[in-house]
Amino acid sequence: MPDDELRMMELSGPLAWTVYSCLILISVSLMLAVVRLIRGPSLPDRVIALDLIAYQAIALMLMYAIATDKSYFLEVGLVLGLIAFLGTVAFARYIEYISLEATVADDYNE
Amino acid sequence: MRLSLILRTAARLLVPLMILFSVFLMLRGHNEAGGGFIGGLVSASAFALYAMAYGTQDARRALYADPRTLMASGVGIALVSALIPLFSGAPFFKGLWTTLPGGVKLGTPILFDIGVYLLVVGMTLVVIYELDDDGLSLFPRDNRPGTTPPSSPAA
Repeated sequence: MPDDELRMMELSGPLAWTVYSCLILISVSLMLAVVRLIRGPSLPDRVIALDLIAYQAIALMLMYAIATDKSYFLEVGLVLGLIAFLGTVAFARYIEYISLEATVADDYNE
Repeated sequence: MRLSLILRTAARLLVPLMILFSVFLMLRGHNEAGGGFIGGLVSASAFALYAMAYGTQDARRALYADPRTLMASGVGIALVSALIPLFSGAPFFKGLWTTLPGGVKLGTPILFDIGVYLLVVGMTLVVIYELDDDGLSLFPRDNRPGTTPPSSPAA
């Protein structure tokens, strides 16, 4: 059945309501996180927003895996969960580095 | 750069998990989503995480092999997997399969995937370890116990 490869499974009852409301709520919060990513006044705000977007994408994929009954979205979520952590750590190092540079520069100017 | 105890503990937990998952991704790649390339990338990011927690010196020691050796052996293994069919009269790069007594199927595509895996790990780690030489301080330096870091920021 290659035609309905990604068609939504026939969910019904409380599971359908839960999955669909979760998809809508996660999408809304994803959009809010993107707003924070664009507007974020400081760099740490943007890093946190990026981290949040990654984990919301994982949640979205898990809900999609339930809705379409495709298990390989679970592995995508697993990989993304491991890699998103790495990206946040690297950003934290960068922020620590530039704040250290700023204090060194301040000491030099004084 | 300062060392973080939280990051070190998390890395000790996460790095074996990521390497295990990368091997899983590589082995299932022939039948389902995955493959040598993505497996190698996950494995290389595991070693990058280790380097961020413990420094590149310790990460190089944990890998045992030089990343450039890994690249060369990966290309060599992939080439061997392409040459094996020639000895049995099949065309270049044809996938040959045998079934082991336990019911496990083995073939040259797995060998090719292992070669790609090693090549991607080696290439990514060469790039990541090169970043340390420019003093970007993405990786901690001088993490021997007992020595204090040269510039510890005021808390």
